[in-house]
Amino acid sequence: MASIPPTAARKKIKRSVSSPADVLRLVGQFFEAVYQVFVNIIDFLMHPLQNRLGVRGMAYVFVLPNLLIFGVFILLPMLLNFYYAFTGSTNLYPADRPFVGLENLSRLFSCGNFLDPNTCEVDVFWRAVSNTGGYVIFQVTTMILMSLISALALNRKLAGQGFFRSVFFYPVLLSPVVVALIWKWILQQDGLLNALVVSLGQERVGFLLSPQWAQFWVVVISVWAQMGFYTLILLAGLQAIPSELYEAASIDGASQTQSFWRITLPLLMPTMFVVIVLSLIRAVQVFDQVFALTGGGPGTATTYMVQYIYDVGLASQTNQYGIASAASLVMAFFLLLLTAVQLRLGRNSEIT
Amino acid sequence: MKRLVTLVVLALLVMGTMSVYGQDAVELRFAWYSDGNEGEVVRDLLDRFEADNPDITVILDEQPYTYILEQLPLQVEAGEAPDMARITAGERYRGFYLDLRPYLADPAYWEASFPAAVLEWLRPVGEESDAIHGFPNQFTVTGPYINRTLFEQAGVEVPSDSSDAVSWAEWTEAATAVAEALGEGTFAVAIDRSGHRFAGPAFSSGAVYFDDEGSVTIDTPGFRSFAQTLVDWHANGLTPLDVWLGSGGTYAAAAPYFINGQLALYMSGSWQISNFATNIGDAFDWEAVPNPTGEGGSTGMPGGTAVVAFAQTEHPAEVARVMDYLASVDVYREFAERTLFIPGHQGLGELNYQTELPAAKQALGMFAAEALHISDQAYMLQFGPSGFAINNPVRDRLTQVITGELTLDDAITRIQEDIDTALATAASS
Repeated sequence: MASIPPTAARKKIKRSVSSPADVLRLVGQFFEAVYQVFVNIIDFLMHPLQNRLGVRGMAYVFVLPNLLIFGVFILLPMLLNFYYAFTGSTNLYPADRPFVGLENLSRLFSCGNFLDPNTCEVDVFWRAVSNTGGYVIFQVTTMILMSLISALALNRKLAGQGFFRSVFFYPVLLSPVVVALIWKWILQQDGLLNALVVSLGQERVGFLLSPQWAQFWVVVISVWAQMGFYTLILLAGLQAIPSELYEAASIDGASQTQSFWRITLPLLMPTMFVVIVLSLIRAVQVFDQVFALTGGGPGTATTYMVQYIYDVGLASQTNQYGIASAASLVMAFFLLLLTAVQLRLGRNSEIT
Repeated sequence: MKRLVTLVVLALLVMGTMSVYGQDAVELRFAWYSDGNEGEVVRDLLDRFEADNPDITVILDEQPYTYILEQLPLQVEAGEAPDMARITAGERYRGFYLDLRPYLADPAYWEASFPAAVLEWLRPVGEESDAIHGFPNQFTVTGPYINRTLFEQAGVEVPSDSSDAVSWAEWTEAATAVAEALGEGTFAVAIDRSGHRFAGPAFSSGAVYFDDEGSVTIDTPGFRSFAQTLVDWHANGLTPLDVWLGSGGTYAAAAPYFINGQLALYMSGSWQISNFATNIGDAFDWEAVPNPTGEGGSTGMPGGTAVVAFAQTEHPAEVARVMDYLASVDVYREFAERTLFIPGHQGLGELNYQTELPAAKQALGMFAAEALHISDQAYMLQFGPSGFAINNPVRDRLTQVITGELTLDDAITRIQEDIDTALATAASS
């Protein structure tokens, strides 16, 4: 290798350092050095551990940080919830709470007729259960239907397709409280909608003050706010259906309706079940948006299970943590059951 | 020489550090809520305190009233209490208060200045205690206000102008005549969504919540009578529905309707005077009228706020200095005069309220007079050991009657059950 004269080498170095590529190279070398130091430290710490635990055992070490966070913030509160459900009094600290066995659950289930909350000892809980049932049925059905229609429309070659997809998705980006406040301004007694009603010469309508109207608007608003998300999932499902199937059906003389029922819907079913499970779980957990919109009223017309738990446990003059925890156990059991049934049905309907 | 310079530099550094630490003030957190200008006034007073006491900084956490009702109790129970707070439900935090007595400059001054019943209200039930946990910084009485301008515009005589004992039925009739004469947008009557606000008219109508042993019974003809009146106001469109139906399960005031000049008669209380003086001023003629009279006489509900200290504080001596300052005669007097509050201090003498507004002066005089004939039932509800369990079930169950979810009979049964359960649960604690 020919040696470079010292002066030429200096010139070369001077030239190379001043060029942007060489600056980048130097920066790269610096970060590589830092990375090496970091990796060496990790190796220094982990190597003895791996020697002791073996390669398989190391998996637990990597899972540990996440498991700790999950344990502290999810698992521990769940266990505490169990404990609170079987204890009484208004004391917050577990050690100060006397054990009452099944008393809280037995109070919740003490009912003459489960379909008539007035016959139940804890009537507001059963009102909340009944309200949640009605909300789930109407909200999920409407949501699935609207999402499907929107997805089908957005799947066609439309002018401004990207714009329309964004428009449908936009409400999903809003905070539930913001959604509730915007709609409150529209629906309240002196709101925009009543201004329109009055300008048409009609009497003001208590959109949030009549139980039936409030229940109706709660469903409408939640569908408006959430359907973009489910539309997007269904749209992805629709786009995964091979176009050859439609071409073949068309050659065989199938109408669009027949194609929908025989090709689109069956092939969309796995995606549809994901959407149904997700929207059902979310519907049962309804709280924040409705709480900000109606506060659970008028009366208890829009009090759902989560709000009942919040009210009894945290927002009442005498905090009844035991009853609230028992109610959340009932709700958790119900959600578990629902998910299991849905997954079972989903598995059966999958096309293999 | 070099060593000497090093030593001097080190000494300067140490002195600098010490002086920085020396200047660090103790930081106290004070949870506060406001109906009117009291947050502004107390901040001003605390600024003066801080100027004279540079070793203490008081952070005033101004919160909505619902925070005081719903969040503060959990915070206190969870061990995250502020050092001090302005509260309304004194009984709620029994056992969590700081005993200020060892730290106060003159505990005897506190005992002489503040009503014994209020100091007792904060102490644990059933225990002999001379502890001092805080002081009442405002005394309140519930009672109605009228918009005289609306009565005049409608050509309806104000019933209390010609009679000292006007019933709720007579007020409702007169106020309805005002609303009908002035048409859309004017409401006859409204009452805050609160069991406490409901109680005064219920007692005046003949309700008796407590027997001689202190046991609670809700189902009395007086209770039914005013409950039915409340339901009828809603059914007949005499009251803005938003107040009782549009606020979910929480407290709601009808003050905005009164301030906007849309309400002929408003059942609220003395704490609204500053709010009305600021937000209505002399835009229309408003005034306080005596509590209506019925089978049970004429009574408002007592109430008020207390400034309390919590035992979880790490700086009890500094907390006591702030409390001593706020409870001192001059500071308390200035607070009451500037906020237009009825004081809970017995030694202030004549107050020179800082308002030139005749309506505010009239209302202050009216509520001071109303405070003299508050019934024993009303005092028991506010300061007795069972009072905490009553107001919210009354408010929530009557709302269910208004929406048609329950009949009045069912609601009364449910209120009684809710109260019994709450008392039993609290007793097991």
